[in-house]
Amino acid sequence: MRDVAIIGVGMIPFGRRDEDTLMDMLAYASLKALDDAGLGDKTVDAVYVANMGAALLQHQTAIASSLVDRLSLIPAAAEAIENGPASGASAVKNGLLAVASGYYDYVMVVGGEKMREVTGWRATDFVATMTHPLAEYVYGITLPGMAGMFTRLYMEKYGVTREQLISVAIKNQEMGALNPYSHVEMAITKEGIYDSPHSVVNNPPVADPLHLYDACPVSDGAAAVILCPLEMAKKFSKPPVLIAGFGQATDTQTLQEREDPTDLKAVTLAAQKAFDMAKLKPGDIHVAELHDAFTILEIAESEHVGFFKKGEGGKAAISGKTRLGGQIPINVSGGLKARGHPVGATGVAQVVEIVFQLRHELNKERQVKNAKNGLTVNFGGFGNNVLAFVLRRVEQ
Amino acid sequence: MPVDMELEAVLRPPIIPMPPYPPKVITLANGKKLVVRQAAREDVPTILKGVYPCLFIERDYYDIVSARLYGELLAWYRYRVKSEYCLIGQIDGYLVGAVNGRLENEKVGMSYHTLAIDRGLRIGSHLFAAKMEYHMEIMGQEEVLIVAESPIGFRRWMIEYPLEKTNIPHELGGGDSYRLTQDIYNLAKPRLVVGDRPVPQELLDKAMDEIIIVDDDIIHEKIAGLKGR
Repeated sequence: MRDVAIIGVGMIPFGRRDEDTLMDMLAYASLKALDDAGLGDKTVDAVYVANMGAALLQHQTAIASSLVDRLSLIPAAAEAIENGPASGASAVKNGLLAVASGYYDYVMVVGGEKMREVTGWRATDFVATMTHPLAEYVYGITLPGMAGMFTRLYMEKYGVTREQLISVAIKNQEMGALNPYSHVEMAITKEGIYDSPHSVVNNPPVADPLHLYDACPVSDGAAAVILCPLEMAKKFSKPPVLIAGFGQATDTQTLQEREDPTDLKAVTLAAQKAFDMAKLKPGDIHVAELHDAFTILEIAESEHVGFFKKGEGGKAAISGKTRLGGQIPINVSGGLKARGHPVGATGVAQVVEIVFQLRHELNKERQVKNAKNGLTVNFGGFGNNVLAFVLRRVEQ
Repeated sequence: MPVDMELEAVLRPPIIPMPPYPPKVITLANGKKLVVRQAAREDVPTILKGVYPCLFIERDYYDIVSARLYGELLAWYRYRVKSEYCLIGQIDGYLVGAVNGRLENEKVGMSYHTLAIDRGLRIGSHLFAAKMEYHMEIMGQEEVLIVAESPIGFRRWMIEYPLEKTNIPHELGGGDSYRLTQDIYNLAKPRLVVGDRPVPQELLDKAMDEIIIVDDDIIHEKIAGLKGR
C-alpha cells in the first residue's frame, strides 16, 4: 500500500449561508482545495462526497455525480459517502484507501451540509434519525437529549463538573473568534454564561445538565482535501502532510446495550489503530481536533484517545492543558462548538485544520508551535462509528 | 408647517400616564453589560437612524419588523399614537436593540415590536422581557396582547413563556394576538426576566449621555451575518 499525502485543502466559512445551495458550498470548497493543491493540468481521478442529509433536507440525491459535472471533472469516478456525523472522515478514509491501493493517483474528498434551510426542530429531528428507530428514535430522543444523559452518567462516574464543561465552551469560543472559518465568532465569559444570575437567560438548559453553550450550533458549510501518493506529493509547492495512520471502530447503536454507556470503546479502538499504524503514541501528538458536538465529548474523547486518564480530562481542560500553548492543544479551530458542525463537512474540516497546523500556515494567535503530528477524531452516531486519523508533517 | 392647536387637540390621542421604567443592567454571555432604559420622545430621531438600515434586510423578517417599528416610533414622536413607550438596550452607549409598546387602557397593554441589532446574545429576549416587566410589574397591568411576525419571535415568546392564544385580531392584519397574563408572567419570570438595579452610575451616565448608532455596514453585517466565500 502506498503512503498517502494531502496536497491541497480548502474550506468555506461555516455558518448560516442562506445565499448558497448545498452544491454551491461543495463546489466552492472543492475549488479552493484544487487551487491550493496547484494540480495544474493534472486532473482528479475520483471524488468522494461526504454528506448526511441532502436527501432529507434538500430533497436531492446523487450529489457526487452532480458535483463532478458542475466542476467539469467528468469522467472522474464519484461517490457520496454517508456515515452520519462521521461521513467526512469516512469519505477521507475511502479516498485514502483508493490512493493507497494504487488504483487512483489524485483523489478529492469534499464534505458538506446545509442544515439551516430547515427549522431548528427539523434539523434536530434529522440528526436524531441516526438513533435506533425502535429503541430510541420512536421515544423522541434527540442527540442533545442523549448527550445530556451521557453527561449526567459521566459526571456521576468521574466527577466532571459544570465548571469543567464551561471551561471547554469558553476555550473553544475564544479560539473560534480567531478563526475566519468559524460559525460562531464570539468569545464568551464564565460570568456571562454561568456565574451571573442572568445566565439563566443567556445560557438556558438544553438537556440537563447541558446548556446552550455546551452544544455546537446548527451550521451550513463545506470543506475539501486533495490526496495523492506521497512520492508524487513532493513535486507540489506546498509541504505535503502524510496521513500516517487511520483507524475506525464501531459499537452498539443503542447506548443501553453497551456494557458501560460512559465507555466510548469505538473512540479508544479507532484512535489505537491510528496510533499503531503511525507508530506513534498519544504523547507524540502536538495538536488535536476532537468531536466536541457537546462539551462533554471533548473531555471524554481526550481521555479515550489516551491524552489523559479517565476522570482527568475535565481537570486538564479547566487547568488549561488543552489550550493553545498547553500540554495538548485541542480544538484550536474552535472545534465543532464554535467553528460549527455542518455534519457531512466536519470530518473533512478537522483534517483541513490539522493540515493548516502542520504546514505552519496559521498566524500566531492560532498556530501550535512546531506542530509535527496531529490527531482527528470524527464521532459518528453516539460513538457507534468512529474514525481517527494521525497526520504527520513531511519535512522537505 | 404651522400647527393648529385646536386641530391637534383632536388629532392627538389621549395619553394614559405611565410611571417611568427604572433602568437596569444585564450581563450578557460575552461579559458585556447591557443597559436597558426608557427612551424619551426626543431620542426618537436618533433611534430611527439605527432602525433605518434594517428596513432593507429581509433575513428573519427584519424588514417588516423595522418598518413597523419605524412607523410606530415616528407616530409617537409626532403625537399620533396613544400612550406609547420605547425601551432601548445599549452597550457602552451603542444602541443594540429597541422595543416598544403602548397601553390600550389602564389594564391592558399591547406589545408592539422588538428589534435586536446585535445578534447572538439574546438581546431580543432580554428587551422583550423588560417590556413585559414594565407592563406587568411597573405598571401593574393585567395582560399584554402580543403578536409575532418572525418565527424567532414566535419561538421566544409564544412557545417559551408560553402565551395564551386569543381571537383578538392583530392590529395590522396579521395572525391573531396572544396574551401574557399575570399568572403566565409570574411563572416565566424566574427563567426569563433578569437584570440588576440600580445601574452603576458610570454605566448609566454612558448610556444617558448619548445613543451611539454604528455604521449601516456594521448593522447589516451583525444582522445579515453574511459569510464570505
